[in-house]
Amino acid sequence: MDYSQFLYMTAELSLLAVICLVFIADLFLCGRSEKGFDCSEVCGGKKAFCVCRMKRTLPLILFTIHTILTACPCCPGVAEAFGGMYQATPMASIMKTVLNIGVIVVFLMSNKWLRREENWIKQGEFYELVLFTLFGMYLMISSGHFLMFFIGLELASIPMAALVAFDKKRYESAEAGAKFILLALFSSALLLYGISLIYGATGTLYFNDINSILGNTDWAVNAKLFAILGLTLFITGMGFKISLVPFHLWTADTYQGAPTVVTGYLSVISKGSAAFVLLTVLQKVFCLFVTEWNWAFFWIIIASITVANLFAIRQKNLKRFMAFSAISQAGYLVLGIMDGTAQGMTALVFYLLVYLAANLGAFAVLTTVEENTGKIGIDDYAGLYQTNPRLSLLMTLCLFSLAGIPPFAGFFSKFFIFMAAFQTMGGWGHWLVLIALINTVISLYYYLLIVKAMYITPNDKPLPSFRVDCPTRWALAICIAGVLLLGLCGIAYNWIDTFSYGLEEVFAGCAGTCCGAC
Amino acid sequence: MSYTLFILLLPLFSFLLIGIVDMDILKNGKVWSHKAAGLIGTCSLGIVTVLSYMTAWQYFFQTERLADGSLPTLVPFNTTWLPLGNLHFDLGILLDPISVMMLVVISTVSLMVHIYSFGYMHGERGFQRYYAFLSLFSMSMIGLVLATNIFQMYLFWELVGVSSYLLIGFYYTTAPAIAASKKAFIVTRFADMFFLVGILIFGYYTQSFNFSFAGSEVQMADGAAAFIPCDPQTALVKNAAYAVLPISLVLMFIGGAGKSAMFPLHIWLPDAMEGPTPVSALIHAATMVVAGVFQIARMFPIWIEYAPQTLSVVVWVGAFTAFYAAAVACTQSDIKRVLAFSTISQIAFMMVALGVCLPGEGEHLNHASLGYMASMFHLFTHAMFKACLFLGAGCIIHAVHSNEMSAMGGLRKYMPVTRWTFLISCLAIAGIPFFSGFSSKDEIISACFQYNSICGWWMTAVAAMTAFYMFRLYYGIFWGTENKELHAEHTPHEAPWTMTLPLVVLSIITVGVGAVTTLAGFGILPETWNFGSFVTASGAVYGVHFDMQVALTSTCIALVSIGLATWIFKGETQPIADKMYAAAPHLHRWAYKRFYLDEVYQFVTHKIIFARISTPIAWFDRHVIDGFFNFLAWGTHKLSALIKGFQSGSVQQYAIWFFLGVLAVLGIMVFVL
Repeated sequence: MDYSQFLYMTAELSLLAVICLVFIADLFLCGRSEKGFDCSEVCGGKKAFCVCRMKRTLPLILFTIHTILTACPCCPGVAEAFGGMYQATPMASIMKTVLNIGVIVVFLMSNKWLRREENWIKQGEFYELVLFTLFGMYLMISSGHFLMFFIGLELASIPMAALVAFDKKRYESAEAGAKFILLALFSSALLLYGISLIYGATGTLYFNDINSILGNTDWAVNAKLFAILGLTLFITGMGFKISLVPFHLWTADTYQGAPTVVTGYLSVISKGSAAFVLLTVLQKVFCLFVTEWNWAFFWIIIASITVANLFAIRQKNLKRFMAFSAISQAGYLVLGIMDGTAQGMTALVFYLLVYLAANLGAFAVLTTVEENTGKIGIDDYAGLYQTNPRLSLLMTLCLFSLAGIPPFAGFFSKFFIFMAAFQTMGGWGHWLVLIALINTVISLYYYLLIVKAMYITPNDKPLPSFRVDCPTRWALAICIAGVLLLGLCGIAYNWIDTFSYGLEEVFAGCAGTCCGAC
Repeated sequence: MSYTLFILLLPLFSFLLIGIVDMDILKNGKVWSHKAAGLIGTCSLGIVTVLSYMTAWQYFFQTERLADGSLPTLVPFNTTWLPLGNLHFDLGILLDPISVMMLVVISTVSLMVHIYSFGYMHGERGFQRYYAFLSLFSMSMIGLVLATNIFQMYLFWELVGVSSYLLIGFYYTTAPAIAASKKAFIVTRFADMFFLVGILIFGYYTQSFNFSFAGSEVQMADGAAAFIPCDPQTALVKNAAYAVLPISLVLMFIGGAGKSAMFPLHIWLPDAMEGPTPVSALIHAATMVVAGVFQIARMFPIWIEYAPQTLSVVVWVGAFTAFYAAAVACTQSDIKRVLAFSTISQIAFMMVALGVCLPGEGEHLNHASLGYMASMFHLFTHAMFKACLFLGAGCIIHAVHSNEMSAMGGLRKYMPVTRWTFLISCLAIAGIPFFSGFSSKDEIISACFQYNSICGWWMTAVAAMTAFYMFRLYYGIFWGTENKELHAEHTPHEAPWTMTLPLVVLSIITVGVGAVTTLAGFGILPETWNFGSFVTASGAVYGVHFDMQVALTSTCIALVSIGLATWIFKGETQPIADKMYAAAPHLHRWAYKRFYLDEVYQFVTHKIIFARISTPIAWFDRHVIDGFFNFLAWGTHKLSALIKGFQSGSVQQYAIWFFLGVLAVLGIMVFVL
């Protein structure tokens, strides 16, 4: 065995190292903390306090180092390892960097929540579980084989259920975890069934091989039907992860019940990685069925955006509201996979990056308000501007970006994704974009409901004024910088655009490991 | 002469400085007094004035004249601001005789007004805001006259409109000021729409926004073919120019008529007197309102080359306005209104003078287009004496706290300086020799007689009316019946030196220019001392001599009018005036009400446009269009309520929906397959 193949997996290896170090640190640092909750009291003395602090900041520091290390060699080129099981592309490493940034923000905004009494001893578990799911997503993104893909998928879902049920003593959290794991198992079963059908049709699970076998003209019609069924089940399985209508029903309940930080993680990182994987696998494996999946997504997107918007209008709980907003945003995100063009891939990744900034920014505000006052209803936010003007302003900017109001980044990301979708499907893309645009108007209405509540709705007893803790400030700063700068500075978009690839390249012969730039 | 850029930038900087920095805060720290804003504004304007005089000196006396004796057109600074294919919008500075002359006028009057305002606006609320707007206005007006192209001119044209709006509405707590500022802005803006259309037509067909425009530059745009019947390229080009340019020039003239308060777009100017009096002097007498005249002078080479017949539009509009405004001015009792109508009438003189120009070649052009020189000359002299009159009126209002003539009378013994400077200006506007108004008005009337004698006699009659109503005003203020009751309560007093100094300076200019040009015109001084050596139609020096017949006639008529006014209005009681009112009460009331023109506008806008057109449209908008969207929103909400059962919270149901979804996707795929 050629051990140099491991060199292609730098991101995975470095993440694994982080996981191990955090695990060890959790075991050995400040072991007595189980008995008490206030750090300084437990450890008694300055030195012990530093150690305790270390436990909190170590995962963040290690992970930041990991992010920087893996982001730097941004063009490792196209390579395969382990006989094609693992595939490295520049686009995948960009995607991993985007996810890493999101995880950093999540870590930063989780600070206050983790310092709660009941969470104090569990904080190591939180970091571990998040990093495990992230590891699963890495594997999914870089997989070149359906088994590898499935392992990654499961690694990304099962710890996620534990995260959702993290506040296990809280009834809603436990219920959310149960709902999530049950439906995740259901969708995984269907997906696995789909994979087995594909195996039955082609006799292989390697992406490259499936593509070339499907490309043979002389295979039986039955096999084609098998493959279509497999494709259907694959799409629905991923539709569950991305929470597209009608596979979204778990979303609202789970998002509402899960701890707010986890909801943020779930709505951005988990969803984004699944959307990217969906696009790359469809391009690599199912490029022959482009018309079929175009039509499937045509209706799925329309259903997702419209249904989610109609539900979002009537929500009173902000987390539930953000759940439907996230479903609708997922509909926009998936617009990028129509026709599997390179432009679509760029738009998708850029949309994800912008959505990450805006959505995590909004969730950071939600978390900090919830942790400080315990309120999460839209009505509670009435008059927030009078007591916490800066927080309200940040929330407003994030919501504007989500709604796609210029000059915030959300406008540009929506613009690019509409551009990409407009010319697809031989003209039908026009209708898709038109319906998406109409829905943008509806979404503007409900995003502005919150803004209206914060600024205009009179309230005799608005939430009290409070101080935002330092790590959350950092999280907010990163998000707002993204919201303000990503759209106006074209660097991010151009950078993504350099490495994205589309079906044209797949057909042009560099099948499987295609890359526009390299 | 690149320092001319500072002439434009200094007022801009002082506007930003005064406008943004809150000097009251600094005052509390005892760093600056509340006068800091005024000092900064006045100093920057002082520097601008010095620079303008330097520019004028260098330009008129030290620049080499071209071979044909004309002064060169200099462009010390120019930059492309917005390229649009062939067309491009430039920003720059253009120096030629009229722009340099305007520079002198604007900086002089503006500086005087800045100084005067120290006294007049003393203790007013918003002192700093006032000076900020004055700086903004000065910058805009200077930018307008220095523009290198018609588009830049339009840019600054709108800026002066805005600053005029802001300054008319300076006392924004009083209802008439608000109404007046809106009226001024809307009326001029309405006219400017035509100006913009004219500019666009001009730019489209000539492929250039430049003033220095030769026929060869007229290029054919696609649409031009509709205007021309014949084939050969050169004829085509020429015809296109002849067909299109007059239209665009007339449209531009409508814009100019709005700004210069020509009938029927004059209605905003009398109301604009609600602004502070120094503002009326600067903007609504001396500088901004002559922008329309300046615009025609600017486009004059094109008018005379491509649309000489169309100039008669200018003549008719100008001649009628001159008469109409003079008639109204004879009856007004508010002294600022009298001056406002007098301004309209005098600007109409300048318009007529430009309109009566005829085409000609070389040296002959100067003779044929004597009106051009006369118009610019009158612009110059009028700016000085009218500013002096307005500032004098300001002193009087300052003293008696009223605009009405009934509150005045017999003020001559209280306010000697104001009285004498006012008298000098009245003599100038009436056209008495050795005062500046005589020289310029005489040239205008000569030019009118060259055009045709009806026009000449018409304008002579208006000049006679001018002398009459100005002396009616003079006697009404300084002689006549004194309002003893009011004056006992509050004895009128002479204004402080900051206010009288500008009066003295402006009347010295009036007398000085008048004396020199009168003597030069009669041939006593060398003819190069006259205005004709600076500004003429062709640019070459044109020695002006008075036409003795015209000079004598108009002087005599002016003297007779003054005598008449003296006879009627000088006494303590005015039996003759009362008899005249009694003889023609309707005529008097009509004229006093400005021939009900404002009421006509009110009727057309409110009763016809608002009530008959806008109200139904508003109804349609509110009920049909809004109703449609409200219906959509209502429908969305209903739909949302309809599908809420979908999200039941039961996992089993979720799984069933999931499975149905799988089947649906499969169905779509198989269907497409």
